[in-house]
Amino acid sequence: MNAEIRAVKTAAEIGLADLFAAVRKDLPGGSSTEAIRSDAFDRFAAQGLPHSRVEAWKYTDLRRLVRDAKPLASRPDAAAKTAAGGAGAVFAGLDVRRLLIVDGAFVPELSDLAALEAGVAIRATVEALAAEEMVLPLGMAGTDPVAALNTALAGDGVVITVAAGAVVARPIHLVFVTTSAAPAAMFTRSRLELGNGASLTLIETHEGPDQSDYQVNAALQVDVGDKASLDHIKITSEGAAALHIATLEASIGARANYREFGFTTGGAVVRNQLFLRLAGEGSIASVHQASLLSGRQHADTTLTVDHAAAGSQSREVFKAVVDDEARAVFQGRITVQPGAQQTDARMMARALLLSDEAVANCKPELEIFADDVQCGHGTTTGALDDQLKFYLMARGIAEKEAEALLIEAFVGEVIDAVARDDLREALSSKMLDWLKGRE
Amino acid sequence: MTALLDIRGLKAEIDGRQILNGLDLTVNKGEIHAIMGPNGAGKSTLSYVLSGKPGYEITGGEVFFNGEDLLAMDPDERAAKGLFLAFQYPLEIPGVATLTFLRTALNAQRKKRGEEELSSPDVLKRVRDLAKQLSIDPEMLKRPLNVGFSGGEKKRNETLQMALLEPKLCVLDETDSGLDIDALRIVADGVNRLRAADRGMIVITHYQRLLDYIVPDVVHVLSAGRIVKTGGKELALELEATGYAQYQSEAA
Repeated sequence: MNAEIRAVKTAAEIGLADLFAAVRKDLPGGSSTEAIRSDAFDRFAAQGLPHSRVEAWKYTDLRRLVRDAKPLASRPDAAAKTAAGGAGAVFAGLDVRRLLIVDGAFVPELSDLAALEAGVAIRATVEALAAEEMVLPLGMAGTDPVAALNTALAGDGVVITVAAGAVVARPIHLVFVTTSAAPAAMFTRSRLELGNGASLTLIETHEGPDQSDYQVNAALQVDVGDKASLDHIKITSEGAAALHIATLEASIGARANYREFGFTTGGAVVRNQLFLRLAGEGSIASVHQASLLSGRQHADTTLTVDHAAAGSQSREVFKAVVDDEARAVFQGRITVQPGAQQTDARMMARALLLSDEAVANCKPELEIFADDVQCGHGTTTGALDDQLKFYLMARGIAEKEAEALLIEAFVGEVIDAVARDDLREALSSKMLDWLKGRE
Repeated sequence: MTALLDIRGLKAEIDGRQILNGLDLTVNKGEIHAIMGPNGAGKSTLSYVLSGKPGYEITGGEVFFNGEDLLAMDPDERAAKGLFLAFQYPLEIPGVATLTFLRTALNAQRKKRGEEELSSPDVLKRVRDLAKQLSIDPEMLKRPLNVGFSGGEKKRNETLQMALLEPKLCVLDETDSGLDIDALRIVADGVNRLRAADRGMIVITHYQRLLDYIVPDVVHVLSAGRIVKTGGKELALELEATGYAQYQSEAA
């Protein structure tokens, strides 16, 4: 007997259904977009909020963690725009093109749209949807219930296209900032199309007030053309009570090079889900992520790397520093499709636990359907090495400072993966700020 | 005159095993004391207890360092007061560049003593001069601390740290182990340059060989956690000829 047991809908699930029914007519896009949204919401509703019996969400039970549905954030008023001005400070002073997304809405007047490089186009997602462009459909990520929810409710975001061959030297910085003091939900959808042979550094930062109870569901879809080169850097430092779910879907063309870097320090519950497809022959992807967690924070990175073409290479390094009663989750799955011979894939997850109550769940997986591949994965979890700490203290370095040095060294391997000196230094100082916060 | 180091009746155990068994030792400024003894006598334990390694329980006795209660201090305080342990097996610390480590250690000590911290260029200059004296390739300073260093390189690096930090009391724990004769000479020369009227040294060794290069003023035999014999430098030569057997039976 195989009875389908569907649990009673939670308050949050009912709230989300009510929300969708109430706002669907007002969401941007024409009738074909509305059909896509409606279809996506049905997919979400059929599954409901994911819970611990759903393998991809094993350690992040949203049925338990999401108590209610928040109303959609209102479009930013003058006060919100003023409050948002200083956001993205981690890269302040660097020569980057800042684009502000305030309370889920792209704000052109706060954004730097002057002197766009040849081949670069930047528009608000609402504009693209109004023109009935196919911005919303997802590929690999489409079956995920939370990504489907994003498709259903996506409001605004940024659509960036970089023409073939365009080498953009100045990084684009998407500054996502929540200013709302009232409970609010933001569903953003952004898209990057990087033409063949083009090159770009795209930065995302996400932040908001500590006192505010807000929910972010952000999705970014990336298309990396053949022989193109993309550095994507995402910093998640949301407010202390925030729920942040981010979906990244990327398709990587032949002989393209994609470098993903993630850094998470803020948010009560953070989920970064990445769906990467090495779609073209000889494509290369690397993913480096670090989470620095304290208090009762919960941060989950769930990563799928799909090697779909021959001769592709991927490297994944995930590091978590977990203090107090926080929890870090890493789930990484490498799949190698039947035709993807000579795949070279390696994944490593390491967690450093700084307290007896800290938890790390690491689950690396390999799924290989080709016979001529090199794949490996590993995971370690441990405390700071007392012997090393004593060695440093015996040279006069105080305990906290010795710990900071060792933590810095542990996370350093991930930060060193950031190619640009200015960005790497900014990230190092963000890490040092976190370490200072421990003292 | 207050002794630099005054150990009185020191007893210590680890995991319930008594290792130091009422040890007495006094070291004055300007003196070099060699401590020799068979394996398991407590030589390394003495160095760890003096430097404050966690895990050792002091079950009796007292230690005064320049008249202050050494055992009440944390390891980093002891270092800032001028105690330096040259490790028998220096640890490898991936991700911490050697130069960063040296600068952090030096400035941490200076800060604790209320002295002004040194700028990076100042530290670099001092380190480079010392590295040259110890035949250390400056490239090594950029590498993570001791990672991939040979045994000789690690010991030279310990000697470099000692010279940079200018301690009042140097405790050298089997500095000769794992060294070939050339490396031993370089390290010993480095140590001898640190001999000074206001500095004391404890040289712990199993073999007499090291004492040909670092000539001690006093030689002690440690057995079963106590000093069982004290003499001049000729005692080391005697031990080389007769071995430790007589002291082991004496202690037992």
